[in-house]
Amino acid sequence: MYAWLQHLDRRWIFLSMFLAVALPILSQLHVPVTTTDLSQAVFDQIENLKPGDKILISFDYDPGSEAELGPMATSFVHQCCEKKLKIYFMALWPVAPALIEENIRKVILADFPDMVYGQDYVNLGFKSGNEGVIKVVITDLRSLYSTDSRGTSIDQIPMCRGVTNIQGMNLLISVSAGYPGTKEWIQYAVTPYSDKLKMVSGCTGVQAPQLFPYIPNQLPGLLVAIKGAAEYEKLVNDKYSGPSPEPKYLEADRRMAPQLVAHLLMIGLIIGGNVLYFLQRREGRSR
Amino acid sequence: MKTETRVWLVVFILAGSYLAWRAASVGIGSQYVQEIDGRTTTASVADTVAGTAEFSFSRTIGTWVAALLTLSVFSFLYRDNPFYKMAESIFIGVSAAYWMIVAFWDVLVPNLFHKIWPAWIQAWAMPGLSPERAQWWWLNLIPLALGIMLLSRLSPRGGWLAVWPLAFIIGTFAGLRLVGYFEADFLGQIRSSILSVVALDPSKSFKLQQSIENFLLLAGTLVCLVYFFFSVEHKGAVGRVARTGIWVLMITFGAGFGYTVMGRIALLAIRLEFLFDDWLWLIDPYRKRIGM
Repeated sequence: MYAWLQHLDRRWIFLSMFLAVALPILSQLHVPVTTTDLSQAVFDQIENLKPGDKILISFDYDPGSEAELGPMATSFVHQCCEKKLKIYFMALWPVAPALIEENIRKVILADFPDMVYGQDYVNLGFKSGNEGVIKVVITDLRSLYSTDSRGTSIDQIPMCRGVTNIQGMNLLISVSAGYPGTKEWIQYAVTPYSDKLKMVSGCTGVQAPQLFPYIPNQLPGLLVAIKGAAEYEKLVNDKYSGPSPEPKYLEADRRMAPQLVAHLLMIGLIIGGNVLYFLQRREGRSR
Repeated sequence: MKTETRVWLVVFILAGSYLAWRAASVGIGSQYVQEIDGRTTTASVADTVAGTAEFSFSRTIGTWVAALLTLSVFSFLYRDNPFYKMAESIFIGVSAAYWMIVAFWDVLVPNLFHKIWPAWIQAWAMPGLSPERAQWWWLNLIPLALGIMLLSRLSPRGGWLAVWPLAFIIGTFAGLRLVGYFEADFLGQIRSSILSVVALDPSKSFKLQQSIENFLLLAGTLVCLVYFFFSVEHKGAVGRVARTGIWVLMITFGAGFGYTVMGRIALLAIRLEFLFDDWLWLIDPYRKRIGM
Protein backbone atom coordinates (compact mmCIF):
# COMPACT_ATOMS: atom_id res chain seq x y z
CA MET A 1 0.00 0.00 0.00
CA TYR A 2 2.77 2.42 1.02
CA ALA A 3 4.76 1.64 -2.15
CA TRP A 4 1.61 2.01 -4.26
CA LEU A 5 0.87 5.41 -2.74
CA GLN A 6 4.46 6.53 -3.34
CA HIS A 7 4.05 5.91 -7.07
CA LEU A 8 0.37 6.74 -7.36
CA ASP A 9 -0.66 7.69 -10.89
CA ARG A 10 -2.17 11.19 -10.71
CA ARG A 11 -5.04 10.04 -12.91
CA TRP A 12 -6.49 8.24 -9.86
CA ILE A 13 -6.69 11.64 -8.17
CA PHE A 14 -8.47 13.07 -11.23
CA LEU A 15 -10.93 10.17 -11.11
CA SER A 16 -11.58 10.62 -7.38
CA MET A 17 -12.14 14.37 -7.91
CA PHE A 18 -14.57 13.59 -10.74
CA LEU A 19 -16.53 11.27 -8.44
CA ALA A 20 -16.43 13.79 -5.56
CA VAL A 21 -18.10 16.38 -7.79
CA ALA A 22 -20.32 14.10 -9.86
CA LEU A 23 -21.93 12.07 -7.07
CA PRO A 24 -23.39 15.06 -5.13
CA ILE A 25 -24.74 16.43 -8.42
CA LEU A 26 -26.35 13.13 -9.39
CA SER A 27 -27.77 12.58 -5.90
CA GLN A 28 -28.94 16.25 -5.73
CA LEU A 29 -27.30 16.58 -2.32
CA HIS A 30 -28.07 19.85 -0.54
CA VAL A 31 -26.06 21.63 2.16
CA PRO A 32 -27.30 24.61 4.19
CA VAL A 33 -25.80 28.03 3.44
CA THR A 34 -25.06 30.64 6.10
CA THR A 35 -24.45 34.26 5.18
CA THR A 36 -21.45 36.42 6.10
CA ASP A 37 -20.92 40.16 6.59
CA LEU A 38 -19.45 40.70 3.12
CA SER A 39 -22.44 39.35 1.23
CA GLN A 40 -24.82 41.07 3.64
CA ALA A 41 -23.02 44.35 2.84
CA VAL A 42 -23.56 43.79 -0.91
CA PHE A 43 -27.23 43.01 -0.33
CA ASP A 44 -27.67 46.07 1.91
CA GLN A 45 -26.00 48.46 -0.55
CA ILE A 46 -28.57 47.54 -3.21
CA GLU A 47 -31.42 47.27 -0.72
CA ASN A 48 -30.79 50.82 0.51
CA LEU A 49 -31.46 52.27 -2.95
CA LYS A 50 -34.84 53.78 -3.76
CA PRO A 51 -37.11 52.73 -6.67
CA GLY A 52 -36.03 54.64 -9.79
CA ASP A 53 -32.39 54.97 -8.68
CA LYS A 54 -29.81 54.28 -11.38
CA ILE A 55 -27.53 51.26 -11.15
CA LEU A 56 -24.77 50.27 -13.54
CA ILE A 57 -23.99 46.55 -13.79
CA SER A 58 -20.78 45.80 -15.65
CA PHE A 59 -20.47 42.21 -16.85
CA ASP A 60 -16.70 41.73 -16.85
CA TYR A 61 -16.49 38.00 -17.46
CA ASP A 62 -16.99 35.34 -20.10
CA PRO A 63 -18.55 31.85 -20.21
CA GLY A 64 -15.36 30.40 -18.72
CA SER A 65 -16.37 31.93 -15.38
CA GLU A 66 -20.10 31.37 -15.73
CA ALA A 67 -20.02 28.65 -13.06
CA GLU A 68 -18.94 31.09 -10.36
CA LEU A 69 -20.28 34.40 -11.61
CA GLY A 70 -23.45 33.41 -13.47
CA PRO A 71 -25.51 32.76 -10.32
CA MET A 72 -24.49 36.05 -8.68
CA ALA A 73 -25.17 38.00 -11.89
CA THR A 74 -28.66 36.48 -12.00
CA SER A 75 -29.26 37.39 -8.36
CA PHE A 76 -28.00 40.95 -8.91
CA VAL A 77 -30.48 41.43 -11.75
CA HIS A 78 -33.21 39.77 -9.67
CA GLN A 79 -32.72 42.10 -6.69
CA CYS A 80 -32.44 45.19 -8.92
CA CYS A 81 -35.71 44.29 -10.65
CA GLU A 82 -37.47 43.68 -7.34
CA LYS A 83 -36.22 47.08 -6.15
CA LYS A 84 -37.51 48.69 -9.39
CA LEU A 85 -34.13 50.26 -10.16
CA LYS A 86 -33.13 51.63 -13.57
CA ILE A 87 -30.56 49.12 -14.78
CA TYR A 88 -27.73 50.07 -17.15
CA PHE A 89 -25.87 46.98 -18.37
CA MET A 90 -22.42 47.24 -19.92
CA ALA A 91 -19.46 44.95 -20.57
CA LEU A 92 -15.69 45.19 -20.62
CA TRP A 93 -15.34 41.64 -21.98
CA PRO A 94 -16.38 40.91 -25.59
CA VAL A 95 -18.46 37.79 -24.90
CA ALA A 96 -20.31 39.38 -22.00
CA PRO A 97 -23.13 41.08 -24.03
CA ALA A 98 -24.47 37.59 -24.77
CA LEU A 99 -24.44 36.86 -21.03
CA ILE A 100 -26.29 40.12 -20.38
CA GLU A 101 -28.95 39.12 -22.92
CA GLU A 102 -29.19 35.69 -21.26
CA ASN A 103 -29.88 37.33 -17.89
CA ILE A 104 -32.39 39.73 -19.43
CA ARG A 105 -34.21 36.75 -20.93
CA LYS A 106 -33.97 34.61 -17.80
CA VAL A 107 -34.97 37.22 -15.22
CA ILE A 108 -36.50 40.35 -16.75
CA LEU A 109 -38.50 38.92 -19.67
CA ALA A 110 -39.58 35.84 -17.70
CA ASP A 111 -40.45 37.34 -14.30
CA PHE A 112 -40.74 41.10 -14.83
CA PRO A 113 -42.56 41.45 -18.16
CA ASP A 114 -43.78 44.94 -17.23
CA MET A 115 -40.26 46.32 -17.42
CA VAL A 116 -39.70 48.14 -20.70
CA TYR A 117 -36.43 48.13 -22.62
CA GLY A 118 -35.03 51.64 -22.84
CA GLN A 119 -37.15 52.89 -19.93
CA ASP A 120 -36.32 50.45 -17.13
CA TYR A 121 -33.22 48.71 -18.44
CA VAL A 122 -30.74 49.10 -21.27
CA ASN A 123 -27.87 47.00 -22.59
CA LEU A 124 -25.06 49.34 -23.62
CA GLY A 125 -22.95 46.40 -24.75
CA PHE A 126 -19.20 45.96 -25.06
CA LYS A 127 -16.46 48.44 -25.91
CA SER A 128 -12.84 47.48 -26.26
CA GLY A 129 -10.15 49.45 -24.46
CA ASN A 130 -10.10 47.80 -21.03
CA GLU A 131 -9.47 50.44 -18.34
CA GLY A 132 -9.51 53.07 -21.09
CA VAL A 133 -13.28 52.52 -21.36
CA ILE A 134 -13.72 53.21 -17.64
CA LYS A 135 -11.53 56.28 -17.84
CA VAL A 136 -13.71 57.67 -20.64
CA VAL A 137 -17.22 56.79 -19.40
CA ILE A 138 -16.50 58.23 -15.97
CA THR A 139 -16.40 61.70 -17.57
CA ASP A 140 -18.06 61.31 -20.99
CA LEU A 141 -20.28 58.30 -21.63
CA ARG A 142 -21.55 59.47 -25.00
CA SER A 143 -18.22 59.83 -26.74
CA LEU A 144 -17.80 56.06 -26.46
CA TYR A 145 -21.34 54.75 -26.25
CA SER A 146 -23.11 56.35 -29.20
CA THR A 147 -25.43 53.32 -29.48
CA ASP A 148 -26.69 50.51 -27.27
CA SER A 149 -25.87 46.87 -28.05
CA ARG A 150 -28.78 46.71 -30.53
CA GLY A 151 -27.45 49.62 -32.59
CA THR A 152 -30.08 52.12 -31.37
CA SER A 153 -28.75 55.63 -30.95
CA ILE A 154 -28.32 56.46 -27.28
CA ASP A 155 -30.23 59.73 -27.84
CA GLN A 156 -33.35 57.71 -28.71
CA ILE A 157 -33.25 55.70 -25.47
CA PRO A 158 -35.40 57.49 -22.83
CA MET A 159 -33.42 56.34 -19.77
CA CYS A 160 -30.15 57.53 -21.34
CA ARG A 161 -31.36 61.09 -21.87
CA GLY A 162 -29.55 63.36 -19.47
CA VAL A 163 -26.94 60.73 -18.65
CA THR A 164 -23.65 62.30 -19.67
CA ASN A 165 -21.34 60.15 -17.57
CA ILE A 166 -21.55 57.41 -14.98
CA GLN A 167 -20.90 59.68 -12.01
CA GLY A 168 -24.67 60.03 -11.74
CA MET A 169 -25.13 56.31 -11.02
CA ASN A 170 -26.34 55.57 -7.49
CA LEU A 171 -24.34 52.34 -7.40
CA LEU A 172 -21.90 50.42 -9.58
CA ILE A 173 -21.74 46.64 -9.67
CA SER A 174 -18.88 44.81 -11.33
CA VAL A 175 -19.21 41.07 -11.90
CA SER A 176 -15.58 40.36 -12.51
CA ALA A 177 -13.41 37.46 -13.65
CA GLY A 178 -10.10 39.28 -13.96
CA TYR A 179 -8.62 41.98 -16.16
CA PRO A 180 -10.35 44.30 -16.88
CA GLY A 181 -12.74 44.12 -13.96
CA THR A 182 -13.33 45.18 -10.39
CA LYS A 183 -9.71 46.23 -9.78
CA GLU A 184 -9.80 48.63 -12.73
CA TRP A 185 -13.20 50.01 -11.69
CA ILE A 186 -11.72 50.76 -8.26
CA GLN A 187 -8.59 52.32 -9.72
CA TYR A 188 -10.16 54.51 -12.38
CA ALA A 189 -13.72 55.18 -11.18
CA VAL A 190 -14.30 54.62 -7.47
CA THR A 191 -11.04 55.97 -6.01
CA PRO A 192 -10.82 59.24 -7.99
CA TYR A 193 -14.56 59.88 -7.54
CA SER A 194 -14.98 58.43 -4.06
CA ASP A 195 -17.29 61.29 -3.02
CA LYS A 196 -19.74 60.48 -5.85
CA LEU A 197 -19.49 56.76 -6.59
CA LYS A 198 -20.01 53.60 -4.60
CA MET A 199 -19.36 50.11 -5.83
CA VAL A 200 -19.92 46.50 -4.82
CA SER A 201 -18.61 43.50 -6.67
CA GLY A 202 -18.81 39.80 -7.27
CA CYS A 203 -15.58 38.10 -8.29
CA THR A 204 -14.00 34.74 -8.99
CA GLY A 205 -12.06 32.92 -6.28
CA VAL A 206 -8.78 33.43 -8.11
CA GLN A 207 -9.26 37.20 -8.10
CA ALA A 208 -10.48 37.55 -4.52
CA PRO A 209 -7.10 37.89 -2.72
CA GLN A 210 -6.29 40.90 -4.96
CA LEU A 211 -9.51 42.64 -3.95
CA PHE A 212 -9.60 42.09 -0.19
CA PRO A 213 -7.24 45.04 0.51
CA TYR A 214 -9.85 47.41 -0.95
CA ILE A 215 -12.45 46.41 1.69
CA PRO A 216 -14.19 48.34 3.19
CA ASN A 217 -13.06 51.86 2.17
CA GLN A 218 -12.92 51.45 -1.60
CA LEU A 219 -15.16 48.39 -1.85
CA PRO A 220 -17.92 48.13 0.78
CA GLY A 221 -19.12 44.67 -0.27
CA LEU A 222 -17.72 41.68 -2.14
CA LEU A 223 -19.15 38.33 -3.19
CA VAL A 224 -16.34 35.83 -3.37
CA ALA A 225 -16.76 32.98 -5.84
CA ILE A 226 -19.52 30.40 -5.64
CA LYS A 227 -19.74 30.62 -1.83
CA GLY A 228 -20.39 34.36 -1.98
CA ALA A 229 -22.91 33.75 -4.77
CA ALA A 230 -24.77 31.17 -2.66
CA GLU A 231 -24.89 33.51 0.34
CA TYR A 232 -26.17 36.43 -1.72
CA GLU A 233 -28.66 34.17 -3.50
CA LYS A 234 -30.03 33.13 -0.10
CA LEU A 235 -30.38 36.75 1.04
CA VAL A 236 -32.24 37.74 -2.13
CA ASN A 237 -34.43 34.63 -2.11
CA ASP A 238 -35.29 34.98 1.59
CA LYS A 239 -36.48 38.52 0.95
CA TYR A 240 -38.18 38.18 -2.45
CA SER A 241 -38.74 34.58 -3.57
CA GLY A 242 -40.88 33.09 -0.81
CA PRO A 243 -40.48 29.59 0.61
CA SER A 244 -39.84 27.78 -2.70
CA PRO A 245 -37.72 29.85 -5.09
CA GLU A 246 -37.53 28.93 -8.75
CA PRO A 247 -34.62 26.59 -9.65
CA LYS A 248 -32.94 29.32 -11.73
CA TYR A 249 -32.49 31.36 -8.53
CA LEU A 250 -30.83 28.41 -6.74
CA GLU A 251 -27.89 27.69 -9.03
CA ALA A 252 -25.16 28.62 -6.54
CA ASP A 253 -27.00 26.86 -3.75
CA ARG A 254 -26.99 23.62 -5.79
CA ARG A 255 -23.25 23.89 -6.45
CA MET A 256 -22.32 24.05 -2.77
CA ALA A 257 -22.71 20.28 -2.18
CA PRO A 258 -20.08 19.31 -4.81
CA GLN A 259 -17.88 22.04 -3.27
CA LEU A 260 -18.17 20.49 0.18
CA VAL A 261 -17.36 16.93 -0.92
CA ALA A 262 -14.54 18.02 -3.25
CA HIS A 263 -13.00 20.20 -0.51
CA LEU A 264 -13.11 17.27 1.93
CA LEU A 265 -11.29 15.21 -0.69
CA MET A 266 -8.73 17.98 -1.22
CA ILE A 267 -8.10 18.27 2.53
CA GLY A 268 -7.71 14.48 2.74
CA LEU A 269 -5.26 14.50 -0.17
CA ILE A 270 -3.19 17.34 1.33
CA ILE A 271 -3.00 15.60 4.72
CA GLY A 272 -2.26 12.24 3.04
CA GLY A 273 0.43 13.81 0.85
CA ASN A 274 2.11 15.43 3.85
CA VAL A 275 2.02 12.22 5.90
CA LEU A 276 3.59 10.39 2.98
CA TYR A 277 6.24 13.10 2.64
CA PHE A 278 7.25 12.89 6.31
CA LEU A 279 7.29 9.08 6.21
CA GLN A 280 9.57 9.22 3.17
CA ARG A 281 11.84 11.72 4.91
CA ARG A 282 12.07 9.58 8.02
CA GLU A 283 12.83 6.55 5.84
CA GLY A 284 15.61 8.52 4.10
CA ARG A 285 17.17 9.49 7.45
CA SER A 286 17.12 5.95 8.84
CA ARG A 287 19.05 4.64 5.81
CA MET B 1 -3.64 -4.37 -31.33
CA LYS B 2 -2.35 -3.27 -27.90
CA THR B 3 -4.36 -4.19 -24.80
CA GLU B 4 -4.94 -0.54 -23.96
CA THR B 5 -6.32 0.16 -27.46
CA ARG B 6 -8.59 -2.85 -27.13
CA VAL B 7 -9.90 -1.65 -23.75
CA TRP B 8 -10.62 1.82 -25.10
CA LEU B 9 -12.34 0.38 -28.15
CA VAL B 10 -14.66 -1.63 -25.91
CA VAL B 11 -15.33 1.46 -23.75
CA PHE B 12 -16.16 3.54 -26.84
CA ILE B 13 -18.48 0.84 -28.25
CA LEU B 14 -20.29 0.42 -24.93
CA ALA B 15 -20.64 4.20 -24.39
CA GLY B 16 -21.76 4.72 -28.00
CA SER B 17 -24.36 1.94 -27.71
CA TYR B 18 -25.68 3.40 -24.45
CA LEU B 19 -25.96 6.86 -25.98
CA ALA B 20 -27.67 5.52 -29.13
CA TRP B 21 -30.14 3.54 -27.01
CA ARG B 22 -30.91 6.52 -24.75
CA ALA B 23 -31.23 8.87 -27.73
CA ALA B 24 -33.63 6.50 -29.50
CA SER B 25 -35.69 5.62 -26.40
CA VAL B 26 -36.01 8.93 -24.52
CA GLY B 27 -34.37 11.44 -26.89
CA ILE B 28 -31.49 12.58 -24.69
CA GLY B 29 -29.87 15.82 -25.74
CA SER B 30 -33.03 17.00 -27.52
CA GLN B 31 -33.79 20.69 -27.23
CA TYR B 32 -37.14 22.43 -27.65
CA VAL B 33 -37.97 26.05 -28.43
CA GLN B 34 -40.98 28.31 -28.38
CA GLU B 35 -41.66 31.79 -29.61
CA ILE B 36 -42.64 34.45 -27.05
CA ASP B 37 -43.16 38.05 -28.24
CA GLY B 38 -41.26 37.36 -31.44
CA ARG B 39 -38.23 35.92 -29.59
CA THR B 40 -37.22 32.28 -29.78
CA THR B 41 -36.57 30.91 -26.29
CA THR B 42 -35.76 27.56 -24.75
CA ALA B 43 -38.83 25.51 -23.87
CA SER B 44 -39.47 22.53 -21.65
CA VAL B 45 -40.79 19.11 -22.61
CA ALA B 46 -44.07 20.07 -20.89
CA ASP B 47 -44.46 22.94 -23.38
CA THR B 48 -43.95 20.49 -26.23
CA VAL B 49 -46.57 18.14 -24.81
CA ALA B 50 -48.93 21.12 -24.51
CA GLY B 51 -48.27 21.93 -28.17
CA THR B 52 -46.74 25.38 -27.59
CA ALA B 53 -43.14 24.36 -28.38
CA GLU B 54 -41.37 22.42 -31.06
CA PHE B 55 -38.22 20.31 -31.47
CA SER B 56 -35.14 22.35 -32.42
CA PHE B 57 -32.74 20.44 -34.67
CA SER B 58 -29.98 23.11 -34.58
CA ARG B 59 -30.01 23.42 -30.77
CA THR B 60 -30.00 19.64 -30.38
CA ILE B 61 -26.95 19.36 -32.64
CA GLY B 62 -25.40 22.21 -30.62
CA THR B 63 -25.93 20.33 -27.36
CA TRP B 64 -24.34 17.13 -28.74
CA VAL B 65 -21.37 19.05 -30.17
CA ALA B 66 -20.89 20.91 -26.87
CA ALA B 67 -21.04 17.64 -24.92
CA LEU B 68 -18.55 15.86 -27.19
CA LEU B 69 -16.18 18.86 -27.12
CA THR B 70 -16.40 18.90 -23.30
CA LEU B 71 -15.45 15.21 -23.20
CA SER B 72 -12.65 15.88 -25.69
CA VAL B 73 -11.18 18.52 -23.41
CA PHE B 74 -11.55 16.28 -20.35
CA SER B 75 -9.71 13.52 -22.24
CA PHE B 76 -6.48 15.49 -21.79
CA LEU B 77 -6.52 14.44 -18.14
CA TYR B 78 -5.84 10.89 -19.32
CA ARG B 79 -3.29 11.79 -21.98
CA ASP B 80 -2.71 14.25 -24.83
CA ASN B 81 -4.70 12.99 -27.82
CA PRO B 82 -6.17 14.09 -31.20
CA PHE B 83 -9.64 14.76 -29.72
CA TYR B 84 -8.18 17.27 -27.27
CA LYS B 85 -6.09 18.90 -30.02
CA MET B 86 -9.17 19.25 -32.21
CA ALA B 87 -11.24 20.83 -29.40
CA GLU B 88 -8.39 23.20 -28.57
CA SER B 89 -8.01 24.29 -32.21
CA ILE B 90 -11.75 24.87 -32.61
CA PHE B 91 -11.82 26.97 -29.44
CA ILE B 92 -8.91 29.16 -30.55
CA GLY B 93 -10.35 29.65 -34.05
CA VAL B 94 -13.86 30.46 -32.85
CA SER B 95 -12.57 32.87 -30.16
CA ALA B 96 -10.38 34.76 -32.63
CA ALA B 97 -13.22 35.12 -35.12
CA TYR B 98 -15.65 36.19 -32.41
CA TRP B 99 -13.23 38.89 -31.14
CA MET B 100 -12.83 40.23 -34.66
CA ILE B 101 -16.54 40.46 -35.36
CA VAL B 102 -17.37 42.04 -32.00
CA ALA B 103 -14.57 44.59 -32.33
CA PHE B 104 -15.77 45.50 -35.83
CA TRP B 105 -19.45 45.97 -35.01
CA ASP B 106 -19.19 47.34 -31.45
CA VAL B 107 -16.14 49.57 -31.82
CA LEU B 108 -14.95 50.28 -35.36
CA VAL B 109 -18.35 50.89 -36.96
CA PRO B 110 -20.04 53.12 -34.32
CA ASN B 111 -16.93 54.77 -32.81
CA LEU B 112 -14.73 55.34 -35.83
CA PHE B 113 -16.40 54.83 -39.23
CA HIS B 114 -19.64 56.50 -38.13
CA LYS B 115 -17.77 59.57 -36.89
CA ILE B 116 -15.93 59.96 -40.20
CA TRP B 117 -18.66 58.85 -42.65
CA PRO B 118 -21.92 59.18 -40.66
CA ALA B 119 -24.35 59.24 -43.59
CA TRP B 120 -22.82 56.17 -45.18
CA ILE B 121 -22.83 54.17 -41.90
CA GLN B 122 -26.40 55.25 -41.18
CA ALA B 123 -27.57 54.14 -44.62
CA TRP B 124 -25.59 50.90 -44.68
CA ALA B 125 -25.22 49.56 -41.14
CA MET B 126 -26.88 51.41 -38.27
CA PRO B 127 -30.07 53.28 -39.19
CA GLY B 128 -30.51 54.50 -35.60
CA LEU B 129 -27.43 56.72 -35.77
CA SER B 130 -27.33 60.35 -36.79
CA PRO B 131 -26.24 61.14 -40.39
CA GLU B 132 -24.68 64.46 -39.27
CA ARG B 133 -20.97 64.95 -38.75
CA ALA B 134 -19.84 66.34 -35.38
CA GLN B 135 -17.89 69.60 -35.28
CA TRP B 136 -14.46 68.06 -34.59
CA TRP B 137 -15.04 64.92 -36.69
CA TRP B 138 -11.66 65.19 -38.44
CA LEU B 139 -9.90 64.39 -35.16
CA ASN B 140 -11.02 60.78 -35.76
CA LEU B 141 -8.72 60.62 -38.77
CA ILE B 142 -5.82 60.37 -36.31
CA PRO B 143 -6.90 57.00 -34.77
CA LEU B 144 -7.78 55.81 -38.29
CA ALA B 145 -4.25 56.61 -39.47
CA LEU B 146 -2.70 55.03 -36.37
CA GLY B 147 -4.82 51.90 -36.91
CA ILE B 148 -3.70 51.58 -40.52
CA MET B 149 -0.08 52.08 -39.44
CA LEU B 150 -0.50 49.28 -36.89
CA LEU B 151 -1.66 46.94 -39.65
CA SER B 152 1.57 47.62 -41.54
CA ARG B 153 3.21 45.04 -39.27
CA LEU B 154 1.67 42.48 -41.60
CA SER B 155 3.89 43.76 -44.42
CA PRO B 156 7.52 42.58 -44.42
CA ARG B 157 8.85 46.04 -45.35
CA GLY B 158 6.42 48.37 -43.55
CA GLY B 159 6.96 47.05 -40.02
CA TRP B 160 8.70 50.23 -38.87
CA LEU B 161 5.46 52.18 -39.37
CA ALA B 162 3.78 50.15 -36.63
CA VAL B 163 6.28 51.37 -34.05
CA TRP B 164 4.60 54.78 -33.76
CA PRO B 165 1.09 53.59 -32.85
CA LEU B 166 2.65 51.01 -30.53
CA ALA B 167 4.59 53.78 -28.81
CA PHE B 168 1.33 55.73 -28.48
CA ILE B 169 -0.46 52.71 -26.93
CA ILE B 170 2.38 51.94 -24.51
CA GLY B 171 2.76 55.58 -23.48
CA THR B 172 -0.98 56.03 -22.91
CA PHE B 173 -1.37 52.85 -20.86
CA ALA B 174 1.80 53.49 -18.85
CA GLY B 175 0.45 56.92 -17.89
CA LEU B 176 -3.02 55.59 -17.13
CA ARG B 177 -1.73 52.76 -14.97
CA LEU B 178 0.76 54.88 -13.10
CA VAL B 179 -1.95 57.25 -11.96
CA GLY B 180 -4.43 54.43 -11.24
CA TYR B 181 -2.02 52.40 -9.12
CA PHE B 182 -0.59 55.42 -7.32
CA GLU B 183 -3.99 56.71 -6.26
CA ALA B 184 -5.94 53.49 -5.61
CA ASP B 185 -3.22 51.13 -4.46
CA PHE B 186 -0.34 53.16 -3.06
CA LEU B 187 -2.08 56.09 -1.39
CA GLY B 188 -5.37 54.25 -0.89
CA GLN B 189 -3.70 51.32 0.85
CA ILE B 190 -1.61 53.56 3.10
CA ARG B 191 -4.81 55.34 4.10
CA SER B 192 -6.57 52.02 4.75
CA SER B 193 -3.68 50.78 6.91
CA ILE B 194 -3.78 53.72 9.32
CA LEU B 195 -5.96 52.08 11.93
CA SER B 196 -6.30 52.42 15.66
CA VAL B 197 -5.35 49.23 17.50
CA VAL B 198 -7.69 50.34 20.28
CA ALA B 199 -11.03 50.37 18.49
CA LEU B 200 -13.88 52.19 20.17
CA ASP B 201 -17.53 52.38 19.16
CA PRO B 202 -19.43 55.74 19.07
CA SER B 203 -20.26 55.40 22.80
CA LYS B 204 -16.48 55.13 23.49
CA SER B 205 -16.69 51.51 24.69
CA PHE B 206 -13.86 49.15 23.75
CA LYS B 207 -14.41 46.78 20.78
CA LEU B 208 -12.21 43.74 21.34
CA GLN B 209 -12.75 41.91 18.03
CA GLN B 210 -12.22 45.03 15.95
CA SER B 211 -9.09 45.88 17.93
CA ILE B 212 -7.61 42.41 17.34
CA GLU B 213 -8.46 42.63 13.61
CA ASN B 214 -6.82 46.06 13.33
CA PHE B 215 -3.74 44.90 15.21
CA LEU B 216 -3.33 41.81 13.00
CA LEU B 217 -3.75 43.89 9.85
CA LEU B 218 -1.19 46.44 10.96
CA ALA B 219 1.30 43.86 12.25
CA GLY B 220 0.88 41.69 9.12
CA THR B 221 1.55 44.66 6.85
CA LEU B 222 4.63 45.71 8.80
CA VAL B 223 6.24 42.24 9.00
CA CYS B 224 5.67 41.69 5.25
CA LEU B 225 7.28 45.07 4.52
CA VAL B 226 10.28 44.08 6.67
CA TYR B 227 10.64 40.86 4.65
CA PHE B 228 10.91 42.93 1.44
CA PHE B 229 13.40 45.37 3.02
CA PHE B 230 16.72 44.12 1.69
CA SER B 231 19.00 47.01 2.72
CA VAL B 232 19.49 45.39 6.15
CA GLU B 233 20.69 41.81 6.48
CA HIS B 234 17.94 39.49 7.74
CA LYS B 235 19.68 38.51 10.99
CA GLY B 236 18.76 38.72 14.66
CA ALA B 237 15.57 40.65 15.43
CA VAL B 238 15.13 41.78 11.82
CA GLY B 239 15.52 38.16 10.65
CA ARG B 240 12.86 36.96 13.09
CA VAL B 241 10.43 39.66 11.97
CA ALA B 242 11.17 38.86 8.30
CA ARG B 243 10.50 35.15 8.98
CA THR B 244 7.15 36.12 10.51
CA GLY B 245 6.55 38.06 7.27
CA ILE B 246 7.14 34.85 5.30
CA TRP B 247 4.51 33.15 7.47
CA VAL B 248 2.00 35.90 6.73
CA LEU B 249 2.78 35.65 3.02
CA MET B 250 2.40 31.86 3.14
CA ILE B 251 -1.01 32.19 4.80
CA THR B 252 -1.99 34.63 2.01
CA PHE B 253 -0.82 32.19 -0.69
CA GLY B 254 -2.72 29.40 1.08
CA ALA B 255 -5.90 31.47 1.06
CA GLY B 256 -5.33 32.22 -2.63
CA PHE B 257 -4.86 28.52 -3.35
CA GLY B 258 -8.06 27.69 -1.45
CA TYR B 259 -10.05 30.20 -3.48
CA THR B 260 -8.53 28.87 -6.70
CA VAL B 261 -9.57 25.33 -5.77
CA MET B 262 -13.10 26.58 -5.07
CA GLY B 263 -13.19 28.24 -8.50
CA ARG B 264 -11.94 25.19 -10.35
CA ILE B 265 -14.40 22.87 -8.61
CA ALA B 266 -17.23 25.22 -9.58
CA LEU B 267 -16.08 25.02 -13.22
CA LEU B 268 -16.07 21.23 -13.10
CA ALA B 269 -19.49 21.24 -11.42
CA ILE B 270 -21.14 23.35 -14.14
CA ARG B 271 -19.71 21.17 -16.93
CA LEU B 272 -20.93 18.01 -15.19
CA GLU B 273 -24.32 19.64 -14.61
CA PHE B 274 -24.48 20.33 -18.35
CA LEU B 275 -23.54 16.76 -19.24
CA PHE B 276 -25.93 15.16 -16.74
CA ASP B 277 -28.82 17.58 -17.33
CA ASP B 278 -28.88 18.95 -20.90
CA TRP B 279 -27.17 16.02 -22.57
CA LEU B 280 -27.78 12.76 -20.71
CA TRP B 281 -31.01 13.73 -18.91
CA LEU B 282 -29.89 12.02 -15.71
CA ILE B 283 -30.95 14.96 -13.52
CA ASP B 284 -33.54 17.68 -13.94
CA PRO B 285 -32.75 20.59 -11.58
CA TYR B 286 -34.70 23.13 -13.66
CA ARG B 287 -37.78 20.87 -13.88
CA LYS B 288 -37.65 21.01 -17.68
CA ARG B 289 -38.76 17.44 -18.20
CA ILE B 290 -41.66 17.15 -15.78
CA GLY B 291 -44.33 14.99 -17.33
CA MET B 292 -41.97 12.70 -19.22
